[in-house]
Amino acid sequence: MKLFEYEAKNILAKYKIPVPNGELATNPDQACELATKLKPPFVVKAQVLVAGRGKAGGIVFANSVAEVEKAAEKLLKMQIKGIAVKSVWIEEKIQIKKELYLGITTDRFNQSYVMIASSVGGMEIEEIASKTPEKIIRFPINSQNGFHSFHARQIARKMGYAGNQLSELGRIFEGLYHAGMDYDAELIEMNPLVETVDGKFVAADARTIVDDNALFRHPEYKNRLLEGESELTLQEVEAAKNDLAYVRLDGDIGVIGNGAGLVMATLDTIQYYGGKPANFLDVGGGAPAEKIAVALKIVLSDPNVKALFINILGGITRCDEVARGILEAKSKVGVTKPMVIRLVGTNEDEGKGILTEAKIPVLESMEDAAQQAVAISKQGGK
Amino acid sequence: MPIIIDEKTRAIVQGITGAQGSFHAKLMLEYGTKIVAGTSPGKGGTQVYGIPVYDTVEEAQEKHSANASIIFVPAPFAADAALEALENGIKNVVIITEHIPIRDAVNVMAYVEKVGATIIGPNTPGIITPGKSKLGIMPAHIFKSGSVGMVSRSGTLTYEIAASLTRKNLGQSTCLGLGGDPITGLNFIDALKMFEKDTETKAIVLIGEIGGNLEELTAEYVIREKYPKPVVAFVAGRSAPPGKRMGHAGAIIMGKAGTAETKIEKFRNAGVEVAEKPSDVAELLAKLVI
Repeated sequence: MKLFEYEAKNILAKYKIPVPNGELATNPDQACELATKLKPPFVVKAQVLVAGRGKAGGIVFANSVAEVEKAAEKLLKMQIKGIAVKSVWIEEKIQIKKELYLGITTDRFNQSYVMIASSVGGMEIEEIASKTPEKIIRFPINSQNGFHSFHARQIARKMGYAGNQLSELGRIFEGLYHAGMDYDAELIEMNPLVETVDGKFVAADARTIVDDNALFRHPEYKNRLLEGESELTLQEVEAAKNDLAYVRLDGDIGVIGNGAGLVMATLDTIQYYGGKPANFLDVGGGAPAEKIAVALKIVLSDPNVKALFINILGGITRCDEVARGILEAKSKVGVTKPMVIRLVGTNEDEGKGILTEAKIPVLESMEDAAQQAVAISKQGGK
Repeated sequence: MPIIIDEKTRAIVQGITGAQGSFHAKLMLEYGTKIVAGTSPGKGGTQVYGIPVYDTVEEAQEKHSANASIIFVPAPFAADAALEALENGIKNVVIITEHIPIRDAVNVMAYVEKVGATIIGPNTPGIITPGKSKLGIMPAHIFKSGSVGMVSRSGTLTYEIAASLTRKNLGQSTCLGLGGDPITGLNFIDALKMFEKDTETKAIVLIGEIGGNLEELTAEYVIREKYPKPVVAFVAGRSAPPGKRMGHAGAIIMGKAGTAETKIEKFRNAGVEVAEKPSDVAELLAKLVI
C-alpha cells in the first residue's frame, strides 16, 4: 500500500530525520491559515498516489500566503492522471545545494533488504542507475547481523562526506532503516535527500510502500485502504474487501481464474491470439460459489468488457462450486455478456454437468477457450 | 534418487486442526506420505485422522523424531511456526501459508542460514515426488513418476503444465514449488543444483513469472556453469502492466525491472528453450527427452 507524501514524512520525522516544516490542508482557506504558521517561500504539493506528479503540474511554488491560497485552490480542483486531488501539503522551501538519493527495498536473491544510496538524486532511481551507474551504492543488509551505525557511516563516506556531515548522514540512514522495519516498508525512500546551502540534510520528498501482508500490524493504514482512500480503483477496492486479487487492464475480455500464475498465463494466451484482456482476477484456492459470483460481478462492472473467459484448473478449488457460483451470478447479477468457460480438475464431471444442464458450454483446453473468447470479443461480444 | 523428499521422509503437519491442515493431512496420508504427528497449540492430546496432535513441535519431536514439516498456520503466526520447527531440529520445512509479511520471512531466512536447513515457500503448493511422497496441496492425480524435474513460482500453472506433460507420457522426478512471495527459501538456482546431482532427472522445466530478477540470475548461472541438463522455461506475465501486483506478492514489475521480455531474452541467450504457451512446454520437452 502506497502512503501519501505527508504520511511518509511524518514517519521520517518520528525517527528524527529532518523534513521541511509543513502542514496539510484540504481547502484553500485552511491552506491560507496554516501557511501563516510557516516561513515563506513555500511549496504547495498535491497529495496524490501517482508517479510524475511534478511534471503534471502538481507542485506549485508560492512566495506569500496569498499565493499559497491561490495554489491550493488550483491544485484542489485538479485531477492528476485521473485522480482527484483531495489535499495539499504546504511546506517551507529549502535552499538546495545538492540532491541525493537514499532508499531501502527488498533483496530477493539475498533474502533480505538492501539499502541503495546515490550522490545523485531527484529523479527516479532507475533513471539514476541508467545515467550514472557509478554513483549508485548498493548495500545489502545482512539479516543475521542487522544494520548498525557504522554501516550507515560507511555508506556516507562512500558518498563523499566526512566529519560532521558524515555523522549526520549516518544518523539519517540509521533512522530510515528503523522506520522501514517498524513500518513494514517494502520500499522507503528519500528522493531527493537534500544537502542545503548551509550544509544540513533534509528529506525534501519521501515515498513509502507498506507491505500489504503486514497491514494487520498497521490498522491506521488498512482502514484508509478499505475506505477507498488509496491508489486503487473501485473494482480493486471491492476485490480487496472480498479477498480477491483484481487488476484492471485496458482490453475487452474479462478474465477470472484460480491461481496467480494461471491467470497471468491466461492473459498472455489471450494476447498471443490477438485479443486484449480487460482485467486480471484471481479467485485464489478453494473459492466457494459465493466468491465466484462476487468475482463475476466485479469483472462485469467494467463497461469495457465484451466477453468473459473463466479459466479454472481445480486443485483445492472444486469445479462444482465454480459451476454453482456461475449460476448464482447469472440469476442474481444477470450475466448478459457471452461466457467462455474452461473447467478441469477436482469434481470436473459434476461441474460440467451443472453447467451443461443450464445450457452453458464447457471447454477442456485453455488455448481453445482463449481463441474462442478472442473471436467473440472481435465480433463486439456477440 | 529424487530431491528433498522421498519415501523415507517423516513429516509433522503444523496447524493440523485447521480446515486446510486437516484436509491436506488426509490427502498426504492417502498418497503414502509418512505423516507422523501434527501440532496445534491448545489441541494437544487429540487426533486428526489417527495422527497424534501435540501442543508444541518440541514434544512431537521427542516422540516421533520427524525430519520434515509442513506449515498451514495462518499468516500472522506462520513465521513463529517455522522458527519453532527449525529450532527443534527439523531440516526441511514447507510453508504453504500465503500473505506472510516480508519482514517475518526475512527473519526466518536469516535463521535458516544459521542452522543450515531448507525452506520451501512461503506461498507454495509444496513439493511432490510422484509415486513416493508429497508434502503439499497439489492434486496428486495429475502427476506421474518419470524423469522431468519441475521447479516453479506458481501453483496452478504448475498443475496446468504438469498435467500436459503427464498426458504426453512425460513423467516427473520431483516437482518443487518455490512460492509466489518476494522472499522465499529455495530459489531456481538451488533447484537446478539439486536436479543436476539427481540421476533420475534428465531435463528440467522452469516456470517463472514477472517480478524480481531470479530468472535473469538463473540464466546467468546456466551460462556460467555450462549447466549440463536441458532446461525448458515458461515465463508468465508478458501482458502484465508495470507497477501492478499480479496476484502473487512477488509478481510485480518495478519501473522497467522484472518484465517477462527481459527474462525470456536472458533465458534464450543462455540456451534455455522458452515456451510461448503453457502447452508448448510438453512439445519442446518431447524433443529433448527421449
